[in-house]
Amino acid sequence: MKKFKLMEHELVPLHIVLSEEEKEEVLKRFGVREHQLPKIKVTDPVIKEIGAKKGDVVMIIRKSPTAGESVTYRYVIE
Amino acid sequence: MPIPLTPKRIESIKFGILSPREIRRMSVTKIITADTYDDDGFPIEMGLMDPRLGVIDPGLRCKTCGQKAGECPGHFGHIELAAPVIHVGYAKVIKKLLESTCRKCGRLNLREEEKKRFLEQIRTRKEMDLPYDDIINRVFKEAKKEKVCVHCGEEQKEIILEKPTTFYEGEHRLTPTDVRERLERIPDDDLEVIGMDPENARPEWMVLTVLPVPPVTMRPSITLESGQRSEDDLTHKLVDIIRINQRFQENREAGAPQLIIEDLWELLQYHVTTYLDNEVSGVPPARHRSGRPLKTLAQRLKGKEGRFRGSLSGKRVNFSARTVISPDPCLRISEVGVPLEVAKELTVPIYVTPRNIDECREYVRRGPDNHPGANYVKRPDGRRVKITENNKEELAEMLAPGWIVERQLKDGDIVLFNRQPSLHRMSIMAHEVRVLPYKTFRLNPTVCPPYNADFDGDEMNLHVPQTEEARAEARILMHIQENILSPRFGGPIIGGIHDYITGLYLLTRKNILFSEEETMELVRNLDLRALPDPCEIKNGRRYWSGKQIFSLTLPKELNLRYQAEICRGCEICKEENCEYDAFVVIKDGELICGTIDEKGIGAFKGKILDAIVKKFGSEVASKFLDDVTRLAIRSIMHFGFSFGIDDEDIPREARRQIADVIKKAEERVARLIEAYVNGELEPLPGRTIEETVELKIMQELAKARDMAGEIAGRYLGPDNSAVVMAVSGARGSMLNLTQMAACVGQQSVRGERINRGYHGRTLPHFKIGDLGARARGFVSRSYKDGLSPTEFFFHAIGGREGLVDTAVRTSQSGYLQRRLINALQDLEVKYDGTVRDARGTIVQFVYGEDGIDPARSDYGKSINVKEIVSEILGEGGDGK
Repeated sequence: MKKFKLMEHELVPLHIVLSEEEKEEVLKRFGVREHQLPKIKVTDPVIKEIGAKKGDVVMIIRKSPTAGESVTYRYVIE
Repeated sequence: MPIPLTPKRIESIKFGILSPREIRRMSVTKIITADTYDDDGFPIEMGLMDPRLGVIDPGLRCKTCGQKAGECPGHFGHIELAAPVIHVGYAKVIKKLLESTCRKCGRLNLREEEKKRFLEQIRTRKEMDLPYDDIINRVFKEAKKEKVCVHCGEEQKEIILEKPTTFYEGEHRLTPTDVRERLERIPDDDLEVIGMDPENARPEWMVLTVLPVPPVTMRPSITLESGQRSEDDLTHKLVDIIRINQRFQENREAGAPQLIIEDLWELLQYHVTTYLDNEVSGVPPARHRSGRPLKTLAQRLKGKEGRFRGSLSGKRVNFSARTVISPDPCLRISEVGVPLEVAKELTVPIYVTPRNIDECREYVRRGPDNHPGANYVKRPDGRRVKITENNKEELAEMLAPGWIVERQLKDGDIVLFNRQPSLHRMSIMAHEVRVLPYKTFRLNPTVCPPYNADFDGDEMNLHVPQTEEARAEARILMHIQENILSPRFGGPIIGGIHDYITGLYLLTRKNILFSEEETMELVRNLDLRALPDPCEIKNGRRYWSGKQIFSLTLPKELNLRYQAEICRGCEICKEENCEYDAFVVIKDGELICGTIDEKGIGAFKGKILDAIVKKFGSEVASKFLDDVTRLAIRSIMHFGFSFGIDDEDIPREARRQIADVIKKAEERVARLIEAYVNGELEPLPGRTIEETVELKIMQELAKARDMAGEIAGRYLGPDNSAVVMAVSGARGSMLNLTQMAACVGQQSVRGERINRGYHGRTLPHFKIGDLGARARGFVSRSYKDGLSPTEFFFHAIGGREGLVDTAVRTSQSGYLQRRLINALQDLEVKYDGTVRDARGTIVQFVYGEDGIDPARSDYGKSINVKEIVSEILGEGGDGK
């Protein structure tokens, strides 16, 4: 049986792991420390799929009923 | 101790049970006598009013800390109880503890490995900061199961708690001393598994041997006018406890029989129980001499008027007033009429400066009785001096920069106006004061919708901001005109209601012409320089149309197209050529065609209002509302508008037609029932035959009622007052009208025809199993005709459901709202557009994901492209 492709599911928004520089830029832009970002567990299926590690920040681009498309960031925790 | 200037951060809060040692340690004195004051009125040492317990009389100093009344927080004393007593609040926990520990060795009745397992689970939960009470409940359950002690082999007996505080072991009664001994035997190591911390809460502390006596500051005595002293309820209760305690001791020392001792012990238990909580079930409440139940410790904390909800969460404020509201259409929308008596009582502090000293002098000179005067002056040293008839001249002379004059409220002052329940931000808005005679607050009826106010006896509150910052904030953020648009749906929440809508509808519908005199009369309240060119000249007299007159209130640059409320929803909209005049076109501030109704200027729906606020700002909108409402009132007065019982009269012919419609419907229902009984009915997909017949009957009857309404509407005509109100959206609906004039229709409970009551029938007036229209709650008559007895009863059944529904809904939605508010209260949109909580954690990266303030949005949407296009093309709106 073919493996179910999580990332291709319509209800799973696009998750991108940020590089260290990108992460710093995001933190600086919002003037926050990592733990002040919304969080996501490493055990989350999406996180496992894209291979993010604890301490990473992922960028999520999803559809929004108000703005069309919206960008959020989540801090990966254990 | 001086109060530190910087607030301190609370690191942690620890809860525990007071140990006898700690009670004695914090006590400043042992209390041994039940007497309070001696014959000379001095407090007795070691009595309940011992001077070391704190001061309540002003001027005296505390014997313990040396501070004055008000500064000294008071100090605890203690009573040594002659025998231990169970604390009512812990009776349930004590029962669980006794059940789960061995009666002999006192150890938790669990095997070591089991204990360890539970302990581990609890520790992981603790580490993760999660609640672990479910694990503890499992511990109790498991330990209770063992019938024999796993440690010493002792057989366990059943523990019964006879509420509220008596314990039995099988037949044998356990005294508090027995209970305490058992609890003492429980080893510290076992306590963590039970969820207790032996450092702060040893189980035996739940059985009282020492009772703390609260300081006098929390139970002050009051000196009555007669000079008699009246003690606080707590003091009374403590007196009882000490008396019984003494008697108990004396009797025991004298070697009284066991029976008497036991009785006294029980009495001591009763007094301590009621001292802690006077509303324990199974215990008669301790009463005052007058028969009123005493307010003891638990009663002080509990409930709406208790310490938490009454004193900490809710506070009372000064500079506020409350009275009945009434309407005044002559006020501007941003004004509030304040009774003179209220204005004389409420004050605004004015800082005296060289620039305003003459003005301030004048206020002081006028004194408190001569509005607008002043009630107090505050000197630079902070002393407040009341202005009286005698000292007002003197004070006016002494006035100098740096003083503060508390001036009475006068026209133009900004105040906050509020009506409960304050469910949204528009429940508290800032108004400008207009001091008026009589005793009610007056407000323009257009601001009723945001407050959800009417004038059937509603009361509202008024608050006077006392600082410049507060006034500025009120003016900029809370002012009426800044709140015309609701953030709930991005449209106007302030707007025409009832007569305003009717008035403008009557003025703008058809092409009614007004003579010069009539026109002048209509526009006399508007700020006009000249009239436009008349639209018609007949016999040398000039005439203006209603639409022209209405246009005088519109801003000159307004362009708008929309379908009015009266639009019948034709398949192809003829737009400008609508035969019902239901398509509104406004071009350069001129109403070209269409009728103004609820969709034009009504609260919630008003398109014109909406367009004006969004295009021209709140100032212009506020002025427009003032003008248009004045015009509407003039208009409705010009035409005259009333509604009476004879407005529901319909001609004989109409009545015949309605009766015919209903008769035919009933016949059809009878045929449906016949078909059903004969089993000839085809069930609808997914429904049983019973459901099908019910559904079809309901449809048939609903159709009949609608047809009856249509007939009635036709005969009443468009000039009927009720029709005018329903069509324009001012008040009521065509359904209301149908029910009044033609046929009330089917009554229902839970969306079904009425089928409850007796076995197989609703009322004894009908045969068992009768499914006919009338037997199941169809009311064929109108309110005007009057209902038959059975119809009336059915109507009462249906009406009751409505009442219950609203009652349930309000309480449920109220609680829902409360939870939402509590959850969201400290979220804040920061300047960078992010939504963060109190700790700075980001909740949303852009508010609402689009960063749009819903109050400034177009009915919830950020932009309306069509509208912008037509705006640029100069068309004004997309016509929807």
